[in-house]
Amino acid sequence: METSEIRLAGMGGQGVILAGMILGRAKSIIDNKFATMTQDFGPEARGGAASCAVILSDDPILYPNVTNPHTLVAMSQEAFTKYIGVVKPGGMLIVEEDLVKLSDDIDPSIRVFTIPATRLAEEIGRKIVLNIVMYGFIVSVTGLVSEESARKAVEASIPKGTEKLNLAAFEKGYQYGVEQLK
Amino acid sequence: MKADPKRVLTGSHFLNGNHSATEGALAAGCTFAAGYPITPSTEIVERIASRFPQVGGVFIQMEDEIASSICLQGGVWAGHKSMTVTSGPGLSLMMEHIGLAAITETPCVLIDVQRTGPSTGLPTKTGQADMMQARWGSHGDYEIIALAPSSPQDCFDFTIDCFNLAEEYRTPVFLMSDESTGHMLEKVVIPEADKIDIVERKYYTGSEPYLPYKEEANGIPLMSKAGMGHYYHITGLTHDERGYPVLTQPVQKQMMKRLMGKVNDNVDKLTRVERINLDDADVAIVSYGISYRIALKAMEMAREKGVKAGILRLITCWPFPEKVVEELAKNFKSLVMVEQNFGQMYYEMDRVSNKHCNTFLCGSAGGDVHDPEEICNTILEAAK
Repeated sequence: METSEIRLAGMGGQGVILAGMILGRAKSIIDNKFATMTQDFGPEARGGAASCAVILSDDPILYPNVTNPHTLVAMSQEAFTKYIGVVKPGGMLIVEEDLVKLSDDIDPSIRVFTIPATRLAEEIGRKIVLNIVMYGFIVSVTGLVSEESARKAVEASIPKGTEKLNLAAFEKGYQYGVEQLK
Repeated sequence: MKADPKRVLTGSHFLNGNHSATEGALAAGCTFAAGYPITPSTEIVERIASRFPQVGGVFIQMEDEIASSICLQGGVWAGHKSMTVTSGPGLSLMMEHIGLAAITETPCVLIDVQRTGPSTGLPTKTGQADMMQARWGSHGDYEIIALAPSSPQDCFDFTIDCFNLAEEYRTPVFLMSDESTGHMLEKVVIPEADKIDIVERKYYTGSEPYLPYKEEANGIPLMSKAGMGHYYHITGLTHDERGYPVLTQPVQKQMMKRLMGKVNDNVDKLTRVERINLDDADVAIVSYGISYRIALKAMEMAREKGVKAGILRLITCWPFPEKVVEELAKNFKSLVMVEQNFGQMYYEMDRVSNKHCNTFLCGSAGGDVHDPEEICNTILEAAK
């Protein structure tokens, strides 16, 4: 596998950073390969914006920064606007469709996937798991890590007693992706 | 001695460098920390504050860094392995007491998660411009030891090394981390406790009256701690082997010979470097910390362009590995230092190299890691 770079961006409270961590954990700990995650710190990260970038690779990662991600996950309009321009041609855009209105000037070589992650999370019963719904969706449409590893990483990352809820959220997002790929 | 299993979080973890350094400190047996939280080192004290209650240990959030750096030493003399954690502005405030730790031979660990300076600078951005301050910042002559990590795994491993070196040499030891390394998350493999070697403090157990600065065979005196029953005196004044002030030139001379010697006479033993692709190389890069990783990337780029570059990575930055670098200079036409400052370790490299070869600096103002392209261009320039 080549090195994959993904940026996850949204608003504070959506669990964007945790979703990135779980993805990194799936690749580096569960699959025993390599992942490097960086976060945005500083004034630009205040006022509600949250963003992280994860590099996944079969080989050790040297340069930790992600300038032009292959995949952008945008969970807010601001995140979409800020990062859409840097996505690699031929890359992938994944958006929370209720929170992001797509512009019509997106590079046509970028494949776009949309999911109402917040609504789906509410259907499961808790809006708080929207990041896990999104994570399941990311895993299924990108294939960055296997379904099994991705699920194990969720189990390794959540508080005890929340397994049922989080795994249901993962399943929901994953299956939503499977349907879209059909 | 091996690490205490209850203090070691054995397993594979996805951790940032700061949390990893904290786990290293716990594994090394650190039971006391004093600090004043400062970006980008805050995650270390946060994790200390949550982990110490689980495994034993006291963390005190002091009123500032001046107090932290002296409280740290109180912890040591009370019998604890101790550390403090800071970043540039805090390190500036700690300077007076680093000299005190040096003259009183107080084994302690200081983690500096470097950010961009001067002054408040860019608090949330990376830098490597404290390298000289760590070495020379306090007045007078003294020696310290400093290691530079370039990954969260290094943060775990090297923090343990820092504690071990502090106990072995009774000197302040610095982990010269940086914002990028401290905040990035990567896999950290923490071995089982019985695979981690720990240097325990050597206490005086004899029946004669205790002489706190009596030179042992290795040049390093034995310690005592509060409650062991010894009377002892610890002072920043020039002192004799009893620890009492003796304000004469011969005593100063004798004390300094030992203080400087315990590090300077052991440079070979303290030197830790990594050599990457140097055997067939035409240009040698010298780098450390996060910049070493970016230089690795640039080395690959240069090789793709037909210039054979290799790297000497400095794990030990202080004492400066003079012999190794000079040997390198004798075998290369050019050496390139890559660091996030306007030339700090470069001048050390240049000092021992310039009579043998050309030296180049690929520095930066900090604020982000180098662009590998920029390093690659310096390599191409150096190969001409």
